Amino acid sequence: MVRFESVGLRYGGNGGQHPSPEVLHDISFELPEGMFCWLRGASGAGKTSLLRLMYLAVLPTSGRLTLLGADIGRTPRASLPRLRRRIGVVFQDFRLLAHLTAFENVALPLRLAGGAEAQIRADVTELLRWVGLGRKLHVLPRALSGGEQQRVAIARAVIARPRLLLADEPTGNMDEEQAERLMVLLRELNRIGTTVVVASHNDALMNRHPAAALRLEDGRLVRGA
Amino acid sequence: MKVPSASARASLSDELGLRRALSGWMLPLLVAAMALLAALSMAGWVGSTALSRQWHEGAGAALTVQVPRPMEPAVKPEGTRLAAAVALLSAARGVASVHVLTDAELAELLRPWLGDSAGQLALPMPAVVAVKLKGAAVDLGALGRTLEESAPGTMLEDHGVWMRRLSALAFGLQACAMLALVLVCGIAIAVISVATRAGLAARRDAIEIVHGLGATDGFIAGRFARRAMLLAASGGLVGGLAAIPMFVALAAFAAPFADNARPAMSVQDLLAALPLPLWGCIGALPAVAAAIGFATAQMTVRRWLRHLP
Repeated sequence: MVRFESVGLRYGGNGGQHPSPEVLHDISFELPEGMFCWLRGASGAGKTSLLRLMYLAVLPTSGRLTLLGADIGRTPRASLPRLRRRIGVVFQDFRLLAHLTAFENVALPLRLAGGAEAQIRADVTELLRWVGLGRKLHVLPRALSGGEQQRVAIARAVIARPRLLLADEPTGNMDEEQAERLMVLLRELNRIGTTVVVASHNDALMNRHPAAALRLEDGRLVRGA
Repeated sequence: MKVPSASARASLSDELGLRRALSGWMLPLLVAAMALLAALSMAGWVGSTALSRQWHEGAGAALTVQVPRPMEPAVKPEGTRLAAAVALLSAARGVASVHVLTDAELAELLRPWLGDSAGQLALPMPAVVAVKLKGAAVDLGALGRTLEESAPGTMLEDHGVWMRRLSALAFGLQACAMLALVLVCGIAIAVISVATRAGLAARRDAIEIVHGLGATDGFIAGRFARRAMLLAASGGLVGGLAAIPMFVALAAFAAPFADNARPAMSVQDLLAALPLPLWGCIGALPAVAAAIGFATAQMTVRRWLRHLP
């Protein structure tokens, strides 16, 4: 599912006379399909950079990365969008498109994948009702509370039934009850086969939901799953 | 269960929020100005082409023959020198008509230099023969020699030097018009490219989100290209419409010099007199502007997207 082999990451690439410092060094691990994994580490340890590699927002500057069976270094750029559509991401800051309604934000991955409009309407409406936003389908994000925006972001991440779901500090803006509800949702998605990786520094939450963990310190993996 | 309404669907194709990022009147206005300049350049091209054709069909298809001592006997055949010259000219290949200028016509020709008394001068005047040519090429050298043998001293003027100069002038005007057209297109491309880059900068976050969700370069570039095409087409339309009154004004200036000139021409007459290529130009402007907008935005966005993985 996910395999890192001596992966390094340097923003801006290796080129130039003064390359930027390496933010991830010699990362190696493997996540089998259907796994639930915590990604732990202090702020600045490299959790977000590792996740960015996993959702192909950046490419490794060294080593070998294999995602969903594809060796990313050998995959043509034109084929990467298809891979991205099989990866769902929940961001700490939600990253919703402010000019689109909740419905349109959630429908976007399906439309990019070329889904049939009737099916998209049915699926998106059902999912938004399931996360408790059935009455706010056509509301813009700025009119939603933080928790509601979070649920829209989660719905957008899972609407296309991704094989890999990544979450970057998803409970950072939530109270304990909301965080628990999110964890139940993530566990449920994992139970039906989705590989889930959650970056967090909320020890209490991780203790309540024990699972395999990767720990990063200063851009290095210090403990494997 | 409530499903998306028509108004909600209307924004579906604006995932990147380009209606706001690429909005306002600046781009259509600039494209309209470019379109107007392009239309005027085309008018210059069409006008100089028509002028060149008119010169070729007028001065280029005429000869002037001067026969000194017209009433004296010709060397051969029998008769006066003038009659012999007219007979030779009429029989020559490529000659459409031969007209011997009357005394009154000669006096009219000389009036600018000699005044109203030009007709009463006692000076020996040559006969002047106006010759119209038709399509076939005329061997002027051979014709001149034949005339010389029959009526020595006869002069044949083919206006060739003037025609060559006028042709060079017409070619120069056409080249200037074409250069102006190319420059206008280049500036339009630059303007649309800058506007697209501004749109990319303004919507960078949205582009990165959509890119991360699996949008292809073609999808993102297509959204920009469609928006730029729409704005450029509207600018082209406005520019084309603005060109019509200018064409009418130019036609009014040029009307007195036209073959079918009339003392007073109405706007309708002037509109009807506009050459077909100019109407074609006005009709094509929105389409050409749209094509330039589409292609420029596509290339600009695709080049920018290469920075993303």
